[in-house]
Amino acid sequence: MSSAVTKDHAELAEIFNRDEPRVDWHDETLWWVRAKRDIAAQKLPEWELLRETASQIKNNVLSNLSEYLTQFEANAIKNGIIVHWAADAAEHNQIIHKLLSDRGIDRMVKSKSMLTEECHLNEYLIERGVDVIDSDLGERIVQLAGEPPSHIVLPCIHKKKEEIGDIFHEHLGSAKGESDPKILTETARQHLREVFLTRRSALTGVNFAVAETGEFVICTNEGNADMGAHLAEIHIASMGIEKIIPERKHLGVFLRLLTRSATGQPITTYSSHFSKPQAGKEIHIVIVDNGRSIQLGRKDFRNSLKCIRCGACMNTCPVYRKSGGHSYHTAVAGPIGSILAPNLDMKKYADLPFASTLCGSCSNVCPVKIDIHDQLYKWRQVIVQEGYSPKAKTLAMKGMAFTLSSPGLYRAAGKMGRFTFKYAPFAVNNGMNPWYKHREMPKAPEESFGEWYKKREGEKR
Amino acid sequence: MKVALFVPCYVDQFYPKAAIATLELLEKLGVEVHYPKNQTCCGQPMANSGYEHLTTGCNNLFIDNFSGYDYIVCPSGSCTLHIKEHLHSPQSEDKATEIRKRVYELTEFLVDILHVEHLEASFPHKVGLHQSCHGLRGLHIAQMSELVAPAFSKPAKLLDMVQGLQLVQLGRQDDCCGFGGTFCVAEEAVSSKMGKDRVDDHIEHGAEYITSADLSCLMHMEGILRRQNSNVKVIHVAEILNHSIQ
Repeated sequence: MSSAVTKDHAELAEIFNRDEPRVDWHDETLWWVRAKRDIAAQKLPEWELLRETASQIKNNVLSNLSEYLTQFEANAIKNGIIVHWAADAAEHNQIIHKLLSDRGIDRMVKSKSMLTEECHLNEYLIERGVDVIDSDLGERIVQLAGEPPSHIVLPCIHKKKEEIGDIFHEHLGSAKGESDPKILTETARQHLREVFLTRRSALTGVNFAVAETGEFVICTNEGNADMGAHLAEIHIASMGIEKIIPERKHLGVFLRLLTRSATGQPITTYSSHFSKPQAGKEIHIVIVDNGRSIQLGRKDFRNSLKCIRCGACMNTCPVYRKSGGHSYHTAVAGPIGSILAPNLDMKKYADLPFASTLCGSCSNVCPVKIDIHDQLYKWRQVIVQEGYSPKAKTLAMKGMAFTLSSPGLYRAAGKMGRFTFKYAPFAVNNGMNPWYKHREMPKAPEESFGEWYKKREGEKR
Repeated sequence: MKVALFVPCYVDQFYPKAAIATLELLEKLGVEVHYPKNQTCCGQPMANSGYEHLTTGCNNLFIDNFSGYDYIVCPSGSCTLHIKEHLHSPQSEDKATEIRKRVYELTEFLVDILHVEHLEASFPHKVGLHQSCHGLRGLHIAQMSELVAPAFSKPAKLLDMVQGLQLVQLGRQDDCCGFGGTFCVAEEAVSSKMGKDRVDDHIEHGAEYITSADLSCLMHMEGILRRQNSNVKVIHVAEILNHSIQ
């Protein structure tokens, strides 16, 4: 899937934009979610204080991460949870596969976990003969469609209900042409019920891991994590090292922020605490680094690890809304994905920090106050310095910097530039100039301000 | 009060009227304005493209041109923000620091420093105010829709003083126009779609003019309006505030 992608964000976005009514629909759907977020936030006069508090709690976590992780591990073990550590995606996948194969399990039900998307766990297990079924409705839809999620909270937001009807007709046997969301949901419910009842293993993500108690909290609207985890013999939870919060009381901050930011709901339907296995069953936690400690060591980018995966930055981002999640060719799309992905592979994701106008909306909806747009700017500098910028661009920029550093050259080039716009529009108004594809060039004035000012000075004298 | 006028390069070259209006407006308000003649560019086009390391020449030139003034006023929120956030110089960091503190976007200078409460201006038209992102979220010249905080808008406050002017309400009060510097060509498809949608919002709500404290956004939207042969025009906020002032 994503590993086969060779097109960059601009090219994929151009393809997405060939169907303008679809872009409008995508944009309006996500803007509606953003508007719901605004209404929910406006109801809390203490909203900005909550954001600041959450940000400070997470700053503290990042500054003391190893202590909190070992505290969490010790308490989780005390509770009877088995803790595994994975340095990277490969180790994460191996640990999970071994847990299953040691028990002779070849089928697993899985609730939402962006970490497993990041690690490409599904592909890994399926290649080794393990059948994985995603139980989150949106994830199940994209899984049946053979696509990755396009949004971390709303995985199939790019699909219309008619398209979902077609997928269900093909895979789950719903009536042809059926697109009533209620009927389609019921179809999925019946299908998943059978899955829940027959799977011996369940994998979930982790929204918050509480160091003080060794418990972890999973937030879903569908209760699918609970269904899977409670019915299976073995519950495996995958968590990134940054998911820690110090104390249980801090949930009072994060649970209030998470879903208001994500969808405008006051709280998720299910906020389930898992602290110890039921008698005769097992809970395992796989704590994954996969580049996070490298990011933690990058002064300018470390606080991207504060992210609680609400997706608010995606919903508000005009570039995300008008280019779709798949244009980002990475597990976590949108503004947050664009500051996380270059840490994993700077060359492959060199385009993402440039897929932004730096409008700053993301940083200001972020419930944990990550300076996303400033980090996008800083990633651009790093990517150029590390040599991942096209040579032609570097040459053009050098020429531009040279001209703009000299008042004389600047004035001369200005005259030439305006001359070109006015007298030789064919030189710029053609298919080679991307501006001109949908926009007219500015009209060249008779004189620059500098020239006008010089004349006025002359007249004054 | 010693005030320098900072005219961004593309305003100098393509929109001299906005710079002239800025100068005349400030002079009519009794400000003695100096225009340092060897100014070129703030360096933002390079910096936002990842080439901040190539802006040393621009930075030093900016410091040479703009040191020693009480205030530096600029009719562009974006260029003002760039100077405020990124003007540095290993040789003369003291001067750079002074400039960063003294640079103002025009509407914030009029409201916060000159305390303008009254303008003899008239512009009997329906006007849509485009909140340019860098002025809005960077300089905070108005309240952004993302925050739970009291509303205010320095450009709107000034436009309210203009006789006959009617501000139209927009569907999305502060969505980005999609210009984004080199983004407008590097991400042509998304950029022009964003511009189209922004322009449509103004047109649907009856705007005859789209105004802004930033010409880069207006240049972008003008390109789209002219491609559509629209009657709707763009105009810099300084040109409105300077309109028919006595």
